[in-house]
Amino acid sequence: MSENSLAIRKFSDLANPTRFLALADRLLPWLAGLTALFFVVGLWLSITTEGDYQQGETVRIMYVHVPAAWLSMMCYSVMALAALGTLVWRHPLADVSSRAAAPIGACFTFLALVTGSLWGKPMWGTWWVWDARLTSVFVLFLMYLGLMALNRAIDDPARSSKVSAILVLVGFVNIPIIKFSVEWWNTLHQPASVMRLDGPTIDPEFLWPLIVMAIAFTLLFFTLHVAAMRNEILRRRVTALRRLAARAAGRGARTQ
Amino acid sequence: MMALFFRDLKLSIRAGGGAMIGVLFFMTVVAVIPFGVGPDLNLLSRIGPAILWIGALLASLLGLDRLFQAERDDGSLDLMLMQETPLLFTVFVKCAAHWAATGLPLVIASPLLGLFMNMSEIAIGATMLTLLIGTPAITFIGAVGAAVAVSLPRGGLLVSILVLPLAIPVLIFGVSAVYAVIEDPAPFLPPLMILAAITLFFAVIGPVAAAAALRHASD
Amino acid sequence: MRLMAEGLSAKRGEDLIFNDISFVLDASEALVVTGPNGSGKSTLLRVLAGLLRPESGHLKLENGPPEIAHPSELSHYLGHRNAMKRELTVAENLSFWRDFMGDSPGGRGATLAEAVEAVGLPDIAHLPFGYLSAGQQRRMAMAKLIVAYRPIWILDEPTAALDAGADRLFADLVKAHLGKGGIVVAATHQPLGLDRMKELHMTGFEHLAGDHWHDA
Repeated sequence: MSENSLAIRKFSDLANPTRFLALADRLLPWLAGLTALFFVVGLWLSITTEGDYQQGETVRIMYVHVPAAWLSMMCYSVMALAALGTLVWRHPLADVSSRAAAPIGACFTFLALVTGSLWGKPMWGTWWVWDARLTSVFVLFLMYLGLMALNRAIDDPARSSKVSAILVLVGFVNIPIIKFSVEWWNTLHQPASVMRLDGPTIDPEFLWPLIVMAIAFTLLFFTLHVAAMRNEILRRRVTALRRLAARAAGRGARTQ
Repeated sequence: MMALFFRDLKLSIRAGGGAMIGVLFFMTVVAVIPFGVGPDLNLLSRIGPAILWIGALLASLLGLDRLFQAERDDGSLDLMLMQETPLLFTVFVKCAAHWAATGLPLVIASPLLGLFMNMSEIAIGATMLTLLIGTPAITFIGAVGAAVAVSLPRGGLLVSILVLPLAIPVLIFGVSAVYAVIEDPAPFLPPLMILAAITLFFAVIGPVAAAAALRHASD
Repeated sequence: MRLMAEGLSAKRGEDLIFNDISFVLDASEALVVTGPNGSGKSTLLRVLAGLLRPESGHLKLENGPPEIAHPSELSHYLGHRNAMKRELTVAENLSFWRDFMGDSPGGRGATLAEAVEAVGLPDIAHLPFGYLSAGQQRRMAMAKLIVAYRPIWILDEPTAALDAGADRLFADLVKAHLGKGGIVVAATHQPLGLDRMKELHMTGFEHLAGDHWHDA
């Protein structure tokens, strides 16, 4: 195949796994490099900025906690979009995308829970409270794990894709609950301070490292996601080749 | 015999295996409790050990019904029955592999859930220790239920019904050992020793009974 | 080695399946069990494999190793099901059974490579068993017969899912086993082309119904 035929001309060309693989190979080094750059800057900013007069040094946990929490929700939204793609447009890569995103989302959610816990111990005096925000994030974590278990339990992707897409969409109900839990219920967790209609209420001193870290985390997500999708496509090709090998072996023996 | 142990471990980790599902079920059961009783941290830390024990008990019952049924469905059980190796050992090794794949992860996950329950460090340690000693007993008792129900088409629920009453002593001594640590006057060692005795007892009785049931179920 | 059955009869539930079956098999002899569906071929084989207790009669082994409690410990049983795990590769399945069963005294099992070569599927041992077609799965189940040595083979419809080429392959396996002094009991309609072959034709329950119930 010539280099030209691999070029992506239309959006629908992305549906072709071969083209996607070619694109992923070209994109991944850039994405990875950019991610590393933003992380270097972001971490440097996080460490060099001054601590909060109330929270002290623990405020630095926020530079990891907040982006991880955002990403845990964004990852699920990506999965929900992919699930729509599977059910409505029957896009062959949509299921790959959804399946590849679940473990990444679980990792970000776990990171958010752990960092939140580490911050909560000195600040609130306990590792964990069952308030609306924390509980709904924990439920999100369980949902990620459940989806991973479901994907593992059905080894034939053709059968599992629709089922898991439906489950992803049903579970999407949880995302608005997490987002607005801090406003709907009176909880220990503080309300949103960056993404607000009337502008951020956070001091610029903390805002800049947070934004850089958020961009770094988002880039990290896309790097991991594209790489995981590539692996998933290759894994499916290996499976298909193995099935083919099994059939070919039968045919060979018959002609002996 | 090691071949059987590693085969069963591999099977439970491979696609469709139950190792991860058990832990997930454990976490979900424990996470549901605060919704029912309310998020009162003092209350949760008081009932935490009991919740963890009940969650672990239910989670280790999960998948027990397939212990022999899967072997029977593909004909492996016939071959196991025919061997010179006493069936007793085969059952024991299968139980050990099942515990390593589903019981041990529960023990490892329990401290994390202890934090969710706002339990003190010493209570978490005691719960983990009692679970480590007590959960093998549940597997050995469950093996008897699984062997009795092996030829039934829907043995899953029946296994739980058969096994739960028998597992109650394990629950009683497991939980009372943990509370002995938290509440000072009660001694810790006696209930722990009884728990260990129960496990050793069922490690012998369970495989014997299960092997006998399997012999009679085969036809 | 000599396998003797004397006056075997078996019940499934309350139904008498067969009555008073006797035979003697010496080393290198095969017994082919034939008969219509439901005549009790499978039940007889399960009795021989020690999986069912006979209602009356008994099974004896003469000139065998002394420490054997029941002839089934010296037997391979290939039933309708293959006793292989779909999730594991063929090689993992076979090596598990080889390690788990071990060799009976007086012989050695084949290596994995020899076994998959003998059933004509040397290239796919690394694949999960579930990927194989029904015929391939059956052939791999036969490879199990030679990875662990057993002098007695008890085979229940071994060639059910096989095509003509694989039939020949199987007949060769049986001949090689008999050539080494083994004993084969098989329920099959396929002509094995053997020299020393005994045949047991089973007639089914209708025939027995009268004498059993009226005697009792």
